[in-house]
Amino acid sequence: MISLENISIQQGSFSASRLNLTIEKGTHICLMGETGCGKTTLMEIICGLRSIQHGKVLLNGIDHTQSSPAQRNIGYLPQDGVLFPAMTVSGQIALPLKARHWEKEKIHNRVEEIAQLLKISSLLDRLPSDLSGGERQRLALARAISFKPEILCLDEPFSALDDQTKHELIAVLRDLKVQNKTTIFHISHHKEEVHLLSDKILFMRNGALENAPKN
Amino acid sequence: MSHTPSHRDRLFRGSLVTFSLLYLALLVALLLGNVSYTSPSHLWEALKTREILASIRLSLLSSTLSALLSMLVALPLGYYLARTRTKWKILISTIVDIPILLPPLVIGISLLIFFQTSAGKFLESGFQSLFGRGFTYDIPGVILAQFTVAAAFTIRTMEVSFSRVDPRIEHMASSLGCSWSRTFFSVVLPQVKGGMLTAFTLGWARALGEFGPLLVFAGATRMKTEVLPTTIFLELSVGNIEAAVAVSFIMIFVAVTSLLLLRHFNREPLP
Repeated sequence: MISLENISIQQGSFSASRLNLTIEKGTHICLMGETGCGKTTLMEIICGLRSIQHGKVLLNGIDHTQSSPAQRNIGYLPQDGVLFPAMTVSGQIALPLKARHWEKEKIHNRVEEIAQLLKISSLLDRLPSDLSGGERQRLALARAISFKPEILCLDEPFSALDDQTKHELIAVLRDLKVQNKTTIFHISHHKEEVHLLSDKILFMRNGALENAPKN
Repeated sequence: MSHTPSHRDRLFRGSLVTFSLLYLALLVALLLGNVSYTSPSHLWEALKTREILASIRLSLLSSTLSALLSMLVALPLGYYLARTRTKWKILISTIVDIPILLPPLVIGISLLIFFQTSAGKFLESGFQSLFGRGFTYDIPGVILAQFTVAAAFTIRTMEVSFSRVDPRIEHMASSLGCSWSRTFFSVVLPQVKGGMLTAFTLGWARALGEFGPLLVFAGATRMKTEVLPTTIFLELSVGNIEAAVAVSFIMIFVAVTSLLLLRHFNREPLP
């Protein structure tokens, strides 16, 4: 569950004040809005990558306003993936597991499992520079979900993907929500994607959040 | 579509090529001059001398140690300078550049003076009791003098390398649960491997060629604090030009070979 209480932020020309948002556990919320309206800033606030002037960020009922990104335990997939250029595919999937001190064998099994789920098993030894756009996106999602986070933040995860890859990844996200009760906060510009996945749609305009009808 | 360059364009390009070639020709002429002045027999004679062999051994050992020590400070300081936005950055950068800007002899004198202060004497006696040798006019002094200058170059190189790493990558690693140290060692350092190799090689080559601070601080005692540049100085001072040129040739060979190898195996541009 994600709760934002009276969030205020001033970032360059963007400002928002007294933003409130609650995303219940196991729901998939999609956030839409024009480019530059502050969607990514809001997601970075939740992930702890941006500090706020005022307000509280609660994750599963615990105040994480002052927590570092590492302490928030959120699976984050930024807009362009931000893969680690010098690390192999398997290394990137295993990194969050090593950070959580998983046993070696469990890490190995989990990497295999996730790679199979996202159809990147044959790419485990490759570097990001040797991957196509779709493969990079699959890897970014694999890395974000490998440690079984309860909250997932996705910033335009399917942009520039072919239809087949997009539908495969949409199926993965649906399974995560149903099977693991993962709370998903998802930024998108694509109406089709939003209608297929979301339980609720929000629209961001002038630094404020509005409910948008699903149809 | 191609077009014929105008007379002015041809003149401009011609002058660029001429100035560049003149400089390259000067450097090549210097190298060839050295080669023509020495011969395999001179080189062999030089290499057989006990003093020169000891000088080569100490040069290689001290330069390697100095370069390793330089890397030890270049990694944290280079990273800090690449990432910090503090107003103190200008001051810290200026301090780092001091060994690059100061005349080498001044660094030697400064080291000598520092070890006459109470802090320096304390350091010297502490080091002597631990390792049985002091700094002034001894081998640790050679390494310290080389390190003082080489570190400035390695820090600058590492700063350039770290500044090429996208900071968002570190934020990403942090959001995946990585501690700062895991992010640094697992994500950042592998990205600057090329930069580390470049910094080490530059530091090593710089230490190998260091002379001024060594002469003042460590002295030029044969078979004790004698490194290759000291050998050239000592041989020249007794009129043994052949030996001096032979040792110069060894130094040129080592420097050119290490730079060629670096450029061959490493795509990271030199600063």
